[in-house]
Amino acid sequence: MKPLEQNTWQDIELGGLLREPGSARQYRTGDWRSQHPVWTKSRCIRCGVCWTVCPEPAIVEEPGGYFDMDPNYCKGCGTCARECVTGCIAMVPEEE
Amino acid sequence: MEKFGFAESPKYDVYVSRLMPREEYFTSGHRSCQGCGEALAVRWVTKAIGKDAIIAHATGCMEIVSSGLPQTAWMHPWIHVAFENTAAVASGVEEGLKILARKGKLSGPPPKVVAMGGDGGTTDIGLQALSGAMERGHDFTYVCWDNEAYMNTGIQRSSSTPFGAMTTTSPPGKQSFGQSTWKKDMVAIAVAHNIPYVATASPSYVFDLYFKIKKAIETPGPAYVHILCVCPTGWRSATDLSVRLGRLAVETGVFPLFEVENGKYHLTVQPPKVRPIRDYLKPQGRFRHLRDPEVDYIQKRIVERYKDLLAKCGASVPEFPFLPEEAPAEEGA
Amino acid sequence: MSAKPARAKRVGMEVSIAVSHAVQLARAEAIAAYPITPQTHIVEHLASMVANGELEASYVNVESEHSAMSACIGMSASGARTYTATSSQGLALMNEILFIASAMRFPIVMTVANRALSGPLSIWNDHSDIMAARDIGWIQVFVENGQESFDHSIMAFKIAENPQVLLPTIVNLDGFILSHVVEALEMLDQGAVDKFLPAYSPRHRLDPRNPVTMGAFAMPEIYTEVKMKHQVTLTNSYEHIVKVWEEWGKLTGRAYKPVEQFMTKGAKILLLTMGCLSEVAQIAVEEMRAAGLPVGLLKLRMWRPFPFEDLRKAVGDAELLIVCDRALSLGGPGGPVMSEVRSAFYPLAQRPNILGYIVGLGGRDVAPQAYKDIVAKAKAEMEQGPSQEFSLYGVRG
Repeated sequence: MKPLEQNTWQDIELGGLLREPGSARQYRTGDWRSQHPVWTKSRCIRCGVCWTVCPEPAIVEEPGGYFDMDPNYCKGCGTCARECVTGCIAMVPEEE
Repeated sequence: MEKFGFAESPKYDVYVSRLMPREEYFTSGHRSCQGCGEALAVRWVTKAIGKDAIIAHATGCMEIVSSGLPQTAWMHPWIHVAFENTAAVASGVEEGLKILARKGKLSGPPPKVVAMGGDGGTTDIGLQALSGAMERGHDFTYVCWDNEAYMNTGIQRSSSTPFGAMTTTSPPGKQSFGQSTWKKDMVAIAVAHNIPYVATASPSYVFDLYFKIKKAIETPGPAYVHILCVCPTGWRSATDLSVRLGRLAVETGVFPLFEVENGKYHLTVQPPKVRPIRDYLKPQGRFRHLRDPEVDYIQKRIVERYKDLLAKCGASVPEFPFLPEEAPAEEGA
Repeated sequence: MSAKPARAKRVGMEVSIAVSHAVQLARAEAIAAYPITPQTHIVEHLASMVANGELEASYVNVESEHSAMSACIGMSASGARTYTATSSQGLALMNEILFIASAMRFPIVMTVANRALSGPLSIWNDHSDIMAARDIGWIQVFVENGQESFDHSIMAFKIAENPQVLLPTIVNLDGFILSHVVEALEMLDQGAVDKFLPAYSPRHRLDPRNPVTMGAFAMPEIYTEVKMKHQVTLTNSYEHIVKVWEEWGKLTGRAYKPVEQFMTKGAKILLLTMGCLSEVAQIAVEEMRAAGLPVGLLKLRMWRPFPFEDLRKAVGDAELLIVCDRALSLGGPGGPVMSEVRSAFYPLAQRPNILGYIVGLGGRDVAPQAYKDIVAKAKAEMEQGPSQEFSLYGVRG
């Protein structure tokens, strides 16, 4: 579907049905955050706990098995930093 | 590795995260609050139920943050009808699939049917529909996202709100200390319906949750899984503490993790030392107003209930380091 | 195409049972129902047909009517042909879900055995239950005898499931005075019904191979458009309904119209009734005509979508239209049907005087004499000027 205001009544699918699963990905919740996680790779053991506990999820695995935030969606909650097994994630304020 | 809660955790090390499936069924872009424990739970439950499932969802936080026209965060076939009827809708889907299968109109076995609702839509307004669905024995799983209040509408109390908690409709004041009744025991209600599988779970113990959901959906007949979901907004806790608070709920005995299979109880996560309730209450602003008498009462009742549960589970009694030494029983008492 | 009616056998049967046979012949696949007087015989007989293997369907004894309609939505969403029945308090209890069922475009068919709404509690017939559900966005028709009950119950599935329609449909039949009477009627055989009504082919269903999200919420920017789509679909369903009725007419020899007319030729005064009131009104009109009064009768069959053109045409140049409602909108202009009929004529330069009488509330019998009294009263009101907004016929005191 187009942005809401561009839809005419004729555009409406059967009872407002949504045919594209996962279309929420078009909404970049990354705009919300005021801080973001930074990994110190030398202390990261690539366990994947951060990936497990992210509610969005906004943590992606890089080639090599390390992890990084997905800037499109990370809301900066800090759960990954809190739960990191080795404490190698720090939450850093967003710059303007 | 009790930190990650799987009952056989000594067999695994911290790397078990890497063994979990990567496909996301509850996609990013959903509008939950930062640090939402419920979104984390949905993420893992939807992974556990796998591709071949249909979800019926009640009105509530997870429905609203995920399904505003024209976007949806759900990868599953998903239906939302109203607030209090998700178990009835799921009953209808299950029965519809059954007759279609009988008439040879389905290619392959019917998909799993999973109903989901918050504590409001389950223990209060949705209780009738849930009770009916459990009594009728439909082959479906009901998952309750328990964040302990009507969070989506602005933190009003539900029957799942714990004793003493502040909500906007159970506010503390000169004549009240907040929620004045004990949390409704929804799990006991489910067990009383004699359904084959009932469990509690927590996204702080992801693997325990994951395998319980898998068991629930594979169990023929009704299954009920009650999940404690930390809500930083409503509980007034820091956004990064949701997993930790969920863990504290288990470690203090507030929300024990157990299963009831055909009426038999067993504990799936057993902290060897129980922590004092203040460890759990302190990080939550919704309990900040409580004074010692209320907190002591909560502590006492939590310990009593936990010991009852341990007895039902046939589990060993752990240490309660914060309790005074018990006085020896009096002769002839 | 032969004009010979299909093979039918003539039976004497309680109308509720005839309706269950219609549902069976229509091969309903999924039924979720909660018993309430006077719908009970319908759901009981369906249960026994399922138990005896005479109807291959999922039958669910839900724990309330709210859950009945909710389960029906689930059933229809899974792709099954879905049916239920209710009355009065049950219809009121499922009210919230009725709006949702039509908004989500599920072709559920429901029989409403019309019964008065509490309070006070009444198990007897009037139209207050369905009149309190005018805005639900369903297709709605009224029937007046056993044959119509049978016929319209089958046709409802065909109408609802039309891909251009996909709207749930209610067949209103008067509780007790119709549901519980034994009438002679012609039942079609399974072969004829199968030919008329093919298997349900859903345009939207819950399927992991093609996942969709149903029931998303709408921000103010889009809600109006969604409602407009529904409004246009319901309004346009008129032509599809009429087509199905014409097809049935060719099949059985019984052709139905949105507004039926009885002795309207040259009528200066017209009565308008719905449901069983019409059969008795017919007797009164015959007698009044025999006595020289130029009275005719309009029987409103199609209620939603409202048949504006048929009604205006049927009224023609009659001077006085007397609408007999079997429900009362408290504190309002009186009868719901009278209010809507007046509204339908308001924009016309040429329109009749329209008066409203409320009759038969809570199952009170309406005999032919009532219509004669009403016509006399109405004529007097026209001469002296109306004394009140509307009248409750027969109220003591």
